[in-house]
Amino acid sequence: MDPFLTIPFVIQRVKKETSDTVTLEISRPDDRVKTHSPAGSAFSFLPGQFNMLYVLGIGEIPVSISGDPNHPEKLFHTVRKVGAVSIALSLMEKGDRIGIRGPFGNPWPVNKAQGMDLLLMAGGIGLAPIRPVLYQVFPERDRYNRIGLLYGTRAPEDILYESEIKQWRSKFDLEVLVTVDRAAGDWKGNTGVVTTLISKVSFDPDRTLVMICGPEVMMRFSCLELQKKGVKPENIFVSMERNMKCSVGFCGHCQFGPWFVCKDGPIFSYDQVKDWIGKREI
Amino acid sequence: MGAKYVLQASQFQFLFDALTARGYQVIGPKLQDGAIVYDALSSVQDLPAGWTDQQEAGTYRLENRSDSAFFGYTVGPYSWKKFLHLPARKLKRGKSAEGEFHFVSENEEIPKLAFVGVRACELHAMTIQDKIFMGGIYRDSSYAERRENIFVIAVNCGKAGGTCFCVSMKTGPKASGGYDWVLTEVIEKDRHYFVVESGTGAGKEILAGEEILKELDCPLAAEAEIALSERIVEETACQMGRRLKTEGIKDLLYKNLEHPHWDEVANRCLTCGNCTMVCPTCFCASIAEITDLTGEKVERVQKWDSCFTEDFSYIHGGSIRKTAKSRYRQWMTHKLAYWIDQFGTSGCVGCGRCITWCPAGIDITEEAKGFYGDS
Repeated sequence: MDPFLTIPFVIQRVKKETSDTVTLEISRPDDRVKTHSPAGSAFSFLPGQFNMLYVLGIGEIPVSISGDPNHPEKLFHTVRKVGAVSIALSLMEKGDRIGIRGPFGNPWPVNKAQGMDLLLMAGGIGLAPIRPVLYQVFPERDRYNRIGLLYGTRAPEDILYESEIKQWRSKFDLEVLVTVDRAAGDWKGNTGVVTTLISKVSFDPDRTLVMICGPEVMMRFSCLELQKKGVKPENIFVSMERNMKCSVGFCGHCQFGPWFVCKDGPIFSYDQVKDWIGKREI
Repeated sequence: MGAKYVLQASQFQFLFDALTARGYQVIGPKLQDGAIVYDALSSVQDLPAGWTDQQEAGTYRLENRSDSAFFGYTVGPYSWKKFLHLPARKLKRGKSAEGEFHFVSENEEIPKLAFVGVRACELHAMTIQDKIFMGGIYRDSSYAERRENIFVIAVNCGKAGGTCFCVSMKTGPKASGGYDWVLTEVIEKDRHYFVVESGTGAGKEILAGEEILKELDCPLAAEAEIALSERIVEETACQMGRRLKTEGIKDLLYKNLEHPHWDEVANRCLTCGNCTMVCPTCFCASIAEITDLTGEKVERVQKWDSCFTEDFSYIHGGSIRKTAKSRYRQWMTHKLAYWIDQFGTSGCVGCGRCITWCPAGIDITEEAKGFYGDS
């Protein structure tokens, strides 16, 4: 397969999530053609994988897939405006074209959590690559024990997928705890960093699988806290972020210690990365 | 290993002609801008016969030799990677019309190149880059096709340079494989010849090599000639200007990521990236989006990049590696340690280019010693 083949996709919908974040719904331009991956086979992905999103004349960035792996024909990407390409993507309208390469990277070990408690932790836009995990586990909810979602954002108005989270909570027996860094007086929820939520959620440390996505410092402190509670490092997984450019291990930009995040990750067990994740400028 | 033949220096041009007749463009060392670089050669006359180089940390000087050896110098600033993993390469062209866009992948013309004068360390460097671009699930088709279309004539080194340490890296000075032919240049009294051996490259090319040798009517080498050629390489092995201790180096560097010695190197490192450009194994690249004024026509161009730039590790919010310390640490730890985890081999072949071409004279072999002292 040619990993550099960019396939044109068309924007179906742009949903404004927060002041700086949108979710793009995209699909192949010709509806009669089933959505295909660059490899030519039907496009499919696993939770935690990413695509390279391309805007003609501007460039290409890696963005995790935030949609439902059981319905890959509707591709969702949640994008925060932080650079030239993400800003261009946030200004897209229905009918606009973007290019897709992917999916790349390894997935969250969702099946490994069967028969266990599943604890999901997200910081900010880190909730985007966690959402496909929920989409995958809900139809087979009885295979998992307790499922908890600990979510931290900067402020109440930065909470992603808010109405959806409310639905999940009642429908799928999902324990959701949200905390914000700062809030006005009318916020009745938690404030503080997401690690403070760990002691508020019930799980069996011996039989819990944790998936964490957020800023590196948040993931590091979460791992340390979970380890203190007795969760084994090999049952804690983090999604690392580096400058992925080629996404196939040729360009060298996304190196993180001995790994290429694009092809060896982005998902790593804490066991693998515990000596690296706290090191400055690695 | 094939039989050994003798090719007279006076016949060397015939070898060029034979390669040209088979459709190869001959690439080899030549003098340019005060250095010996690899470029297209039109004849044996282009080779820097009678020249040698003096290399030290931050120093490269050409000097005349007392003889007219064709290969009496070591490696210059260029490596063969510029012909296989191109410094700049158009990946594709795109066009947008009424909101739709189309890409055309660049149809590259893959030249048939004969590399003349490839050193043992450089053969190893090519094998290392093969692992990066052809050894995984994904394959860099441009690299792979170029690689398949080269004829490699290696040269065993008859002289080691001041910054050479291939013996430490177990990559030379004797070519151990990956070539179609290997030459050892011998100059004794009034004789000047090459002991030629066909090698372990692509099968059909070895055959072509045998054909060429037959065409040139080369005699089998006599025992004395073979012995002399071997002694020359053995002597080179004893002349290494540098040494690098490699035992346990991966764990040593992993243990010392926060060692104060990195600050000491950072005080001297200009983060210019010269070491990454001259390194025959450094492979990092970036992809640029180049548009015309209308914004409708674009080209995606891949260019060599360097882990010494601030942009290299940029993610939203800033670069991961902001300091010179972290960038030098990344480069050296990658080369000598991460590489072992990534590709099962060191990323260093001991060619010494990074030492010679560092404007601050930073020496990887000296810097590594800084960690062996008090690990």
